[in-house]
Amino acid sequence: MVQFTSVHVFYLLDAATWTILLSLLAFAGGAVLGITLALARVSRLRVLQLLAAAYIQLVQGTPLLILLFLSYFGLSILGYRLHPVVAAGMSLTLYAGAFLGEIWRGCIQAVPRTQWETSDCLGLNRFQQYVYVILPQATRIAIPPTVGFMVQIVKSTSLASIIGFVELSRAGQIVNNSTFEPFFVFTCVAAIYFAMCYPLSLSSRYLERRLNVAR
Amino acid sequence: MVYQFDFSFLAQTWPAFLGGAWLTMKLTVVSIALGFMVGTLCAVLRVYAHPFVGWLVGAYVEIIRNTPLLVQIFIVYFGMASLGLKLGAETSAVMALVINVGAYTTEIVRAGIESIPRTQVEAGDCLGLSRLQVVGHVVLLPAVERVYPALTSQFVLLMLASSITSQISAEELTAVANVIQSDTYRSFEVYVVVAVVYLFLSFLYRLGFWGLGLALFARRRRLGTAL
Amino acid sequence: MSRAKLRKDIVPVAPDAAAETVVRVSNVIKDFGTVRVLDSVSFDVMRGQMVAIIGRSGSGKSTLLRCMNGLETIQSGEIDVCGHRVSLPGKLDKGQLRQAVGIVFQSYNLFPHLTVERNITLALTLVQKRPKAEARRIAADVLNLVGLSEKIDAYPEQLSGGQQQRVAIARSLALSPQVMLFDEVTSALDPELTAEVLKVMEDLQQRGMTMVLVTHEMGFARRVADITIFMHKGKVWEIGPTAAVFANPATTEFAQFIASVL
Repeated sequence: MVQFTSVHVFYLLDAATWTILLSLLAFAGGAVLGITLALARVSRLRVLQLLAAAYIQLVQGTPLLILLFLSYFGLSILGYRLHPVVAAGMSLTLYAGAFLGEIWRGCIQAVPRTQWETSDCLGLNRFQQYVYVILPQATRIAIPPTVGFMVQIVKSTSLASIIGFVELSRAGQIVNNSTFEPFFVFTCVAAIYFAMCYPLSLSSRYLERRLNVAR
Repeated sequence: MVYQFDFSFLAQTWPAFLGGAWLTMKLTVVSIALGFMVGTLCAVLRVYAHPFVGWLVGAYVEIIRNTPLLVQIFIVYFGMASLGLKLGAETSAVMALVINVGAYTTEIVRAGIESIPRTQVEAGDCLGLSRLQVVGHVVLLPAVERVYPALTSQFVLLMLASSITSQISAEELTAVANVIQSDTYRSFEVYVVVAVVYLFLSFLYRLGFWGLGLALFARRRRLGTAL
Repeated sequence: MSRAKLRKDIVPVAPDAAAETVVRVSNVIKDFGTVRVLDSVSFDVMRGQMVAIIGRSGSGKSTLLRCMNGLETIQSGEIDVCGHRVSLPGKLDKGQLRQAVGIVFQSYNLFPHLTVERNITLALTLVQKRPKAEARRIAADVLNLVGLSEKIDAYPEQLSGGQQQRVAIARSLALSPQVMLFDEVTSALDPELTAEVLKVMEDLQQRGMTMVLVTHEMGFARRVADITIFMHKGKVWEIGPTAAVFANPATTEFAQFIASVL
């Protein structure tokens, strides 16, 4: 049994960088998927709307852990052996994409109807309306909840530990297995997560207030 | 070699899946009920009690909302044991889930309470009602009715998140799936089936909450309008 | 204050009873920050009187009313209401005061999640601790008084503004207060709905209720109120029997005010 020392703390901090990396990966992928889904949801093509809605309902009604298991264990049985980080990145992308899609759809729909009407009356076609009038406004509205959702992404990366990816939570388990001080180890892990997430939460709230004042 | 999908294991194992779903339901319904009570109490404390108490509640909420559920579960299960408090897997699971959903519920109910206009509180006060009576009869019921959709969503999320408790060997659906998967080697099919079961549970829970809402909120049931 | 059962006719004064001062306001001063909202206001209200407080917006009328039932605090002076010294918040028994003083607001403030009956019986059961059956009987009585018996099971959102305000009056009345305060209760109503509310108030006065009302309904005040007080910039500029005050304005401000509204 080893003492829980600062060496272990540095090990945890090192693993935290992998947490950050995975989070950024998930956000990048999720953002691409999310904007696609959001636009599909507000498009005038019924088929696109339904497909996007179905996907979002499906993903939001399934635990992230099951998604992870499907992409790691499930796909490996099918013959596709994915590295844990790839499997985790893929699952988190699919997961984040669904939630971001919902959030951003709401933001697009939050832009007042009058903006659509006015730009239409000025002769802009649908694409121009989106690019020059609607999306810029929707983006402003979207910033606070998106920053807020990033907190969810960071926390969700903890599940990647279950399929063996060594990020912060897995590192915590490893340290615990050698020091047998679960309370201190996991409290330390929690503190590091808190240090990463709390500033994001605060920013989200700050941005929300700024946005409402400006409006 | 093309992979052959094979769902034949369902013939023998479907009772196990249903059993797992039932276990998840037992686990999460208890957690939701307790978590709602904890959350409402904390929301009332946050709004009406001494500022220091409010700050404590705020700290609890922030800590829980900014740390992963998995780590919270580990602290409750392994951490408490190392401090001398040995809790079973199910007890730990419920405790962790209650603490977790309690924090989110606090924020949601708090928003509901703060959305009730001051004039309502004033009217209750001018009729001679005590502070406690005003909070109970004039503020809380409309507040909960207003945020009911948000609460429902949060509770469904909790049911889905309960899958994480499989990591401390709590008996619930995901744990059952893991066992079946390791027995049959049909990982993909098993997890697809389990995903479908969870989807069904989500739908069931939403239906249940909708019905509960109708039963609780008489005004909404009779008039059909939002508050 | 005795918790008398509500009789069908409300608090009639025996003809030979000595006139009793129900409300005494003495040299009340109130500031909101650096603005002096009430500047040495004094007057009395006797049992059974209806006192109308009129004046321009911002003259302090509503603030005065809110001070009278303890919703606002004052910086100096005294307010005595039904034997309670309202001006000393520390020593005030708010529960007892709320029993004695009823208030009706401009925005009615009915509880939207409760039926009309429950709005009325809530305080009866929780505060006056009456049994349910008795509370419901009282609720039916007061609703009958304001002419809304058939709406007993409705929700506030199903009623018009005038009906909601009448329910608000009934809700206050049900607690058998010694005096009722009305804070611009018809200002938020459409003109057609104002009449039904004024009729209820006139009815109450005829039954002997002591009433203090802040109002813009000049015609109503002139016709029905016993005493009229004209306030301007936080001070009482005119006070006296209604007919006399209107007939002979002592100040140019009041003369101008009458001219601009009547």
